[in-house]
Amino acid sequence: MSGEFTKLFELFIAASLINNFVFTRFLGLCIFFGVSKKMETAIGMSITFTAVMMISASLSWLIFTYVMVPLDITFLKIIVFIGVVAGFVQASDTIMRKTAPGLYYKLGIYLALISTNCIILAVPLINAGEHYSFIQSIAFGFGSGIGFALALVIMASIREKLELADVPGPFKGLPIAFIITGLIALAFTGFSGLITL
Amino acid sequence: MAQQSTVSYWELIKNGIIAENTIFKLALSLCPSIAVTNNLRNGVLMGVAVLFVQTMVNATISVMRKVIHPRIRLPIFMLVISGWVTIVDMSMAAFAPDAYKQMGLYIQLIVAFASILARAEMFASKNKIAPSMVDGIGMGLGFLFALTVISFFRELLGKGSLWGIPIVNTKPLLIMILPAGGFFAVGILMALFNWIDTRFLKKGTSGAH
Repeated sequence: MSGEFTKLFELFIAASLINNFVFTRFLGLCIFFGVSKKMETAIGMSITFTAVMMISASLSWLIFTYVMVPLDITFLKIIVFIGVVAGFVQASDTIMRKTAPGLYYKLGIYLALISTNCIILAVPLINAGEHYSFIQSIAFGFGSGIGFALALVIMASIREKLELADVPGPFKGLPIAFIITGLIALAFTGFSGLITL
Repeated sequence: MAQQSTVSYWELIKNGIIAENTIFKLALSLCPSIAVTNNLRNGVLMGVAVLFVQTMVNATISVMRKVIHPRIRLPIFMLVISGWVTIVDMSMAAFAPDAYKQMGLYIQLIVAFASILARAEMFASKNKIAPSMVDGIGMGLGFLFALTVISFFRELLGKGSLWGIPIVNTKPLLIMILPAGGFFAVGILMALFNWIDTRFLKKGTSGAH
């Protein structure tokens, strides 16, 4: 049992730090650069993201294992996963608006943004490619979500300060954000020897 | 941004490559621009894959534009896009297995490209098939151009080679093929494009947003 747990923990660390989605797999960059201008939006986005990622990972695992593998239609996984994710996001959007308007008011706009985001889609695709078990898929989804949240919060705290800095003309805006991300990514390569999977 | 179908094909292509270059100007679909550009071959292959998908999606949507009900257009667009991406994904797995091993995930994720959906929505659903295809080719060429430039510099500086053939004999700058180098390369190239823009074209746009 403890061996199982250690493995899950390793998977979580690997997904959040070593193979951080933003810094080593370069996914979700559009959203990463889009919402990392203010700390408040970054935190709202991170919470929504982690929740959606875990649920969509488990949903698509169930569909992949119990519907697509028996029917031998795994080649349709891109189409099916995008349908599952978009459908789930749309459903939670509607449910949240009715049952928790306060929460919807805070996080609703992020939900609309992430329906076709590449990280959300990448998690089920990687889960299917690596043949993770159900629990492992959830751990991977959770780790990826936390990793993305970490990246967003680091970046937002730097960019809030950057607003006041005197950046050379052509580098203003996105280019300097890219350079900073590169520097953070350099720091993240230090995690690469942490666990050997 | 509402183009009429009266603009010439050349204008459409130029628009895709320069004025609305997906990566350097619109800052969309950035993920593969860093992920697959650590060597020239992968960068070009990815660019060609996107060029193909964008052109075919534009053509398909344009043919179907009169039968798609506006209410359900987005799900239909997504279906068309994922259909074409699946085709590219499977043919690449069959014909270029080595490259596919390194970049298979990113090929599958073409489906989540904002730029492809945006062109389908803004252009192909309103125009005839020929201009739509040309627009797709233009946007795809712009993307291919950006990926080629980025991966050219990264492979040359990071490995001292091009397309796997060694060119420079000195010790390469390893950082350029590391993840961090990708961010640096894109950042510097974006700044360069901004500089050219303000210095010579005097339009005063500064990146996206």
